[in-house]
Amino acid sequence: MAYSDKVLDHYSHPRNVGSMDKNDPNVGTGMVGAPECGDVMKLQVKVDEATGIIADAKFKTFGCGSAIASSSLATEWLKGKTVDEALAIKNTDIVNELSLPPVKIHCSVLAEDAIKAAIGDYKKKQGAHKPAGETVAS
Amino acid sequence: MKTPIYFDNHATTPVDPRVLQAMLPYFTEKFGNAASRNHSFGWEAEEAVDKARKQIADLIGATAKEIIFTSGATESNNLAIKGVAEMYAEKGNHIITAATEHKAVLDTCKKLEKHGAKVTYLPMLSNGLIDLDVLRKAITDKTILISIMYANNEIGVIQNVAEIGKIAHERGVLFHTDGVQACGKVPVNVLRDNIDLMSITAHKIYGPKGVGALYVRRRNPRVQITAQMDGGGHERGMRSGTLNVPSIVGLGEACAICQAEMPEESRRMSYLRDKLKAKLESELDEVFINGTMEHRLPNNLNMSFAYVEGESLLMGINDIAVSSGSACTSATLEPSYVLKALGVGDDLAHTSIRFGLGRFNTEEEVDYVAARIIEVVRRLRELSPLYEMAKEGVDLSTVQWAAE
Ligand SMILES: Cc1ncc(COP(=O)(O)O)c(C=O)c1O
Repeated sequence: MAYSDKVLDHYSHPRNVGSMDKNDPNVGTGMVGAPECGDVMKLQVKVDEATGIIADAKFKTFGCGSAIASSSLATEWLKGKTVDEALAIKNTDIVNELSLPPVKIHCSVLAEDAIKAAIGDYKKKQGAHKPAGETVAS
Repeated sequence: MKTPIYFDNHATTPVDPRVLQAMLPYFTEKFGNAASRNHSFGWEAEEAVDKARKQIADLIGATAKEIIFTSGATESNNLAIKGVAEMYAEKGNHIITAATEHKAVLDTCKKLEKHGAKVTYLPMLSNGLIDLDVLRKAITDKTILISIMYANNEIGVIQNVAEIGKIAHERGVLFHTDGVQACGKVPVNVLRDNIDLMSITAHKIYGPKGVGALYVRRRNPRVQITAQMDGGGHERGMRSGTLNVPSIVGLGEACAICQAEMPEESRRMSYLRDKLKAKLESELDEVFINGTMEHRLPNNLNMSFAYVEGESLLMGINDIAVSSGSACTSATLEPSYVLKALGVGDDLAHTSIRFGLGRFNTEEEVDYVAARIIEVVRRLRELSPLYEMAKEGVDLSTVQWAAE
């Protein structure tokens, strides 16, 4: 299979590889996929408390080149976005940017899931940290 | 040293220049039809075919009359299994084969099941061998054929063929073996190994693609098969069609070279293979060999590189041709069914690489390939969340994965 230049570039020079402290209240961690399925993505965001903007993003991925590229690209896009802007990233944006073929669309879906999971984890932590009185009444 | 480097010799092999030289006259000057009985063009072609028949027979301990030419091992497997099923339908309709066979055997059996045959697919031991007791118990009075491959194309494990043949014969059952990966690489003898039918193909032994043969035993027992293609009654009625003389000459020459050079070549293959294995094992942790090393083709290595997905590894070594058991590299998006049959988990199957060494590989290439694999596996493990977790002491089998 031929890979697009952008996939090759991310695979050869992945951006933002690494891990952040998952216990940091400002860090959200998402881990999606399963080893049996051949893809696991770990994606982390660190949100600036004052501005609510994603200051840093890191990933580690077990998976094919397209999975690595999708998560690498996601970390690039996340930095500088607000949490809500981050949630607006769609897998189809990743497909278009990386010119993924149909058999690799699941890689982009996984990357979108990883973003949602990381942001969800961050929001959960923030909710838990706020004083009880501030949580929204149901 | 030239790149790309070809380490995928179980998929196919280049034609040996000596084989090509032997073939060339039969395209142009000596173009006759081997079935033309009344002029020298035909006699010349027939003579060349007879010589090839003898060369093939010599390699496997058969007689020339027992060799039927085909278009390759897919056809040979189809002809053997369907031909026996049809010929011996009155005796029974049960066939025994194994889970790790090539698709040309498995799908042939599945087709026969649709037409009423009963097929037993033997499971594998974790070392890649079949359990002979399980085989014995699977035989019924309706069993007409056992089809078990000589050596597997993914893991190179060599079955105890002689014993399987003996068990078959004790019960009056015919024994077919897909000998594609073994013939020419290790000593095969149809008499010693109690083989009744055997499929071979030229393109795995430095011959051309699109030509193969089926060995059909003529004595003790005399095996009969029903032709699967109707026509001029060539090959003693078992396989019609004008013989592909140049390719048949190539197959014969390929067999003769394999036979002459086997002792030296298999020593060299196992030296190179063992060197590759030793280098990878000494430089990388958590690598696993799939299938036993004890009964194995000298040119095969199948290894899982835990925490590194196979396709991403192939992408990193793009100047080296190998293949992977990862789902991402298969048409079905399922990891290797051969590894699955051995009980290798899908997680490790996704990380497996098959190395198939061949006649034209060099020690320099082995050193280069080992170094590249080590470098890329290390790099990808730095990228792997699984490797990180494993290093932190997390037992990955206890993790609740989001995708499950
Ligand atoms: C074990 C085995 N059997 C059968 C075949 C099919 O052979 P052919 O390509 O000649 O049809 C192959 C190779 O593809 C093989 O490895």
